[in-house]
Amino acid sequence: MDCKVYVEVTASFLPDGGVMPLAVRWEDGTLYQVDRVLDVRPAASLKAGGCGIRYTCRIRGQQTYLFLDADRWFVEKKEKPAHRA
Amino acid sequence: MLYSKTNKCSARGGVRVERKILHVDCNKFYASVECSRRPELRDKPVAVGGDEAARHGIVLTKNEIASRYGLVTGEPLWSARQKCPGLVVVPPDFPTYSRYSGMVRDILAQYTDRVEPFGLDEAWLDLTGCAGEAEDTAHTIRCRIKEELGITVSVGVSFNKTFAKLGSDYKKPDAVTVFSRENYRQLVWPLPVQDMLYVGRSTAQKLQSRYLYTIGDVACASPALLSALLGKWGPMLHAMANGRDRQPVIPIDQAAGVQSVSNGMTTPRDVTDEQEAHVVLCVLAESVGRRLREQHLVGKTVELQVRDNTLVTHGYRMTLDHYIQSTEDILREGLALLRQKHHWGKPLRSLTLGVSGLESDTMPCQLDMLDSTDREKRETLDKTVDALKKRFGDSCVRRAVVLEDPELAGLSLYETHTVHPTGFSGKVEP
Repeated sequence: MDCKVYVEVTASFLPDGGVMPLAVRWEDGTLYQVDRVLDVRPAASLKAGGCGIRYTCRIRGQQTYLFLDADRWFVEKKEKPAHRA
Repeated sequence: MLYSKTNKCSARGGVRVERKILHVDCNKFYASVECSRRPELRDKPVAVGGDEAARHGIVLTKNEIASRYGLVTGEPLWSARQKCPGLVVVPPDFPTYSRYSGMVRDILAQYTDRVEPFGLDEAWLDLTGCAGEAEDTAHTIRCRIKEELGITVSVGVSFNKTFAKLGSDYKKPDAVTVFSRENYRQLVWPLPVQDMLYVGRSTAQKLQSRYLYTIGDVACASPALLSALLGKWGPMLHAMANGRDRQPVIPIDQAAGVQSVSNGMTTPRDVTDEQEAHVVLCVLAESVGRRLREQHLVGKTVELQVRDNTLVTHGYRMTLDHYIQSTEDILREGLALLRQKHHWGKPLRSLTLGVSGLESDTMPCQLDMLDSTDREKRETLDKTVDALKKRFGDSCVRRAVVLEDPELAGLSLYETHTVHPTGFSGKVEP
């Protein structure tokens, strides 16, 4: 299953050259505001593959990784828990 | 701690600071990048292989799982599939590998400005004078590359480049090996002599013919014997085996200038006669000439290498009494070499054309009185064609002869050409 989802991001370009994501539009069109960026560091995405700048974000109370790979943003799709019989 | 922290007294009585050299080697680089980008491949045997239709169908690299099936780099893909039926073959993506290589170098450059790349996937670092222990820095670099890029590296730490490189090969993947002045006799000397840089198949055979099988054997051999056996390389290998390699780490911006410019091509089908070779040499000369002109170089030695369909290689070279740069001249001399020196026996599988003995094209030179008019015309034509190709692509202007056989001439060499930095001049202590 492909875990990598490229997403549309609204971001703020800071005077020091840094980029901060403000909101993420999910593939179904829903817009999620980024409540807080907790950490920024270069990292590989173990789940989705590839690497880039990893933003650890809090979105609607959940912690999520948002990656900036060259000039594209992607997130790791969370797998739905399997239903028990 | 295995690494020596002491300073060493030089022969002249001064104190020589012990160097701290690291060699970083990305493990199975192309395959690692593919597995890092595509997690679904991580638990499968993977080989990065060339295009079989274009007769480039060999294993360029393979991952750890594929290695367990006995796959060898350079092996034909059909043979690799026989050894490993579930093998996933991925086409190479050189722009991505180049990007990952750049990201690795960006990390290395954060520790020292003395970083010498050796191909896309290897580099030496000189940490002499930098704070902290070299081994600790090596572990930090190893962990950072794994976390930030998702690929593993092995790092060799030593007091010279030769041993540092041996260290990165000693334990892999994802490991650090330290060869110090205290332990190199126990750890380095038992290694096979062909593990050393510069010792290829032919040199190894010569050494083995004198019962020199390990690096320790070479270190303890008489320099006179090695000199008689290998010429100037003999004493150099002896010094390197004894840890007396003083070759500095040369940052890429200080590396020596270009020594030669060449292009080679494995043709889509075998070349059977001079007419077909003419088409291939045309394409090669176009690319070599354009690259020479871009770098403002002229050369006086023309080199031609051909490989037949049994993979036997023949090399021919000719030094002229004047410098050349134009495509027309390079093609003419390349064809002359082929006519004069090559005996058509077996069909050819690949051809490489190059120019060496390079000088700047601003160097004053004696013109040929009879040739001067043509030369000026050729220079103007080359400049015009180069400018057109730069604006509209490599295939916008082509020689009519290549239309005779578009299949053979189909590849744009200039646009697919990549220069990989190497540069290791082999300077050792006397």
